[in-house]
Amino acid sequence: MNISIEERLGLVSFEIDNEKHIKVDSSHCTECDEKTCLYFCPTKRFTLENGKIKHDYEGCIECGTCKFACPKGVVDFNFPRGGYGVYYKYG
Amino acid sequence: MSEKFDIIIVGSGPAGSAAAYSLAKMRFNVLMVERGKYPGAKNVMGGRMYAYALNRLIPQFWKEAPVERKVVREKLTIQSEKASFTLDFMDEELREPPNSFTILRARFDPWFANKAVEAGATLVTGIRVDDLMWENKKVTGIIAGTDKIETNVVIAADGAVSLMAEKARLKKFDVKLFALGMKEIIELPEKTIEERFNLASGEGAAQLFVGNCTKEIPGGGFIYTNKTSLSVGIVIYIDKLIEKKIESHEIIREFNTNPEVARLIEGGKILEYSAHVIPEASRSELFTDGLLVAGDAGGLVVNSGLTLRGMDMAIASGVAAAETVKRAAEKNDFSKESLSYYEELLKRDFVLQDKKTFEKASEFLQNERLYTLYPEFVCRLFHRLTLVKGPKKRAFDELLEVSKGKRIQMCVDMLKAMRSI
Repeated sequence: MNISIEERLGLVSFEIDNEKHIKVDSSHCTECDEKTCLYFCPTKRFTLENGKIKHDYEGCIECGTCKFACPKGVVDFNFPRGGYGVYYKYG
Repeated sequence: MSEKFDIIIVGSGPAGSAAAYSLAKMRFNVLMVERGKYPGAKNVMGGRMYAYALNRLIPQFWKEAPVERKVVREKLTIQSEKASFTLDFMDEELREPPNSFTILRARFDPWFANKAVEAGATLVTGIRVDDLMWENKKVTGIIAGTDKIETNVVIAADGAVSLMAEKARLKKFDVKLFALGMKEIIELPEKTIEERFNLASGEGAAQLFVGNCTKEIPGGGFIYTNKTSLSVGIVIYIDKLIEKKIESHEIIREFNTNPEVARLIEGGKILEYSAHVIPEASRSELFTDGLLVAGDAGGLVVNSGLTLRGMDMAIASGVAAAETVKRAAEKNDFSKESLSYYEELLKRDFVLQDKKTFEKASEFLQNERLYTLYPEFVCRLFHRLTLVKGPKKRAFDELLEVSKGKRIQMCVDMLKAMRSI
């Protein structure tokens, strides 16, 4: 049962929207020392690629952490449009 | 949608459904708007609801509601790095009347929302409310996409990340005030669950874990028994997680491999992973002109250390919101002053009383010693009491030995505990 976060997300049901519900202005991320997004997101949607923070909205389970946990405040958080996003079968 | 509604409720979780059900029974024309494909689609909790509040609204609801198991066994496991100490409390009196039930939200929430619909409320799903409508600083309706719907009063029951309360400037989000819960549903045969947790058929257990499982981060682990699955998870304070620089999802992954946990979930299959923030210490203003805030949206959760409550408070606040609307409608006055009756009702009921009783609990529970020093101390003491290896000491002398150099700190923390939890 020691499965990776990618495998875990494979168990979750999504209706993927083609519109991003979370927008990250990563131009300020290079000057951010903490990069706390790499730790707080329970689905590992924030990754560091060649020194740049990248956010992937697909696979986001809308927990809300990034809305207020980014120290630079560059995460523009909204929920997916109605009917889209995660839908839990157990919850 | 051209129909005029007396009340619009944003969100069809327990707060929204409790309000919608109560208002529909009072013969109001109620609209409940849900952004998920169905009620409960977006909702996460550890897994247990205390029965008191819903039983007041729908007596003996468990006879018809999709509850999982009635909790009759309460366990608390204190873990150090190498040892663990479990308190196992079994109480005949928790059986009747039932104290709490384990629940799966994607099953329970649709049932509750449907009770409101049966009572006469209108439910629309798959619609995200984008904003509130305002006129002369009073909320006059909601905006969803290109639709604008007017109403007398809006009830924001849109959960822990309440964008409605934020838009009404009733709530500010601060990372220090929130915890993060992560959970997995692990499938196991009914009989296996009953054997492993020593349960009679249909009865359930709740087990909390404190100590090593959260890697020195304030928080804890939990296991709740469902009918044919376990809800297994971790709750941690987000700002402390960030300080430790540990990836959140790694903590729940390691929790599964913890020897005490591994034996309980052995042979099981993970069916689903979920996560959500919990407004542990976050509170919002609960009313303004034309708007009431209920449940998690208002930060109406209470963690006493042993009882972790949200759903019962959501339901009680939803009912209080309905009572407030009824009174406001009689006077045809939906002003802030008129709606302040809501807070009065919550103060009279357990909701704001319990919030006040445990207002210092969150600060106390963020003390790192609770998750490091004390679990180590308890396990060390029992290690010494149980081990036979050369001459033994009396229990009290072992206690003095293990607590050496820590006693003043322990007394201070004990006093703080008495004042907060």
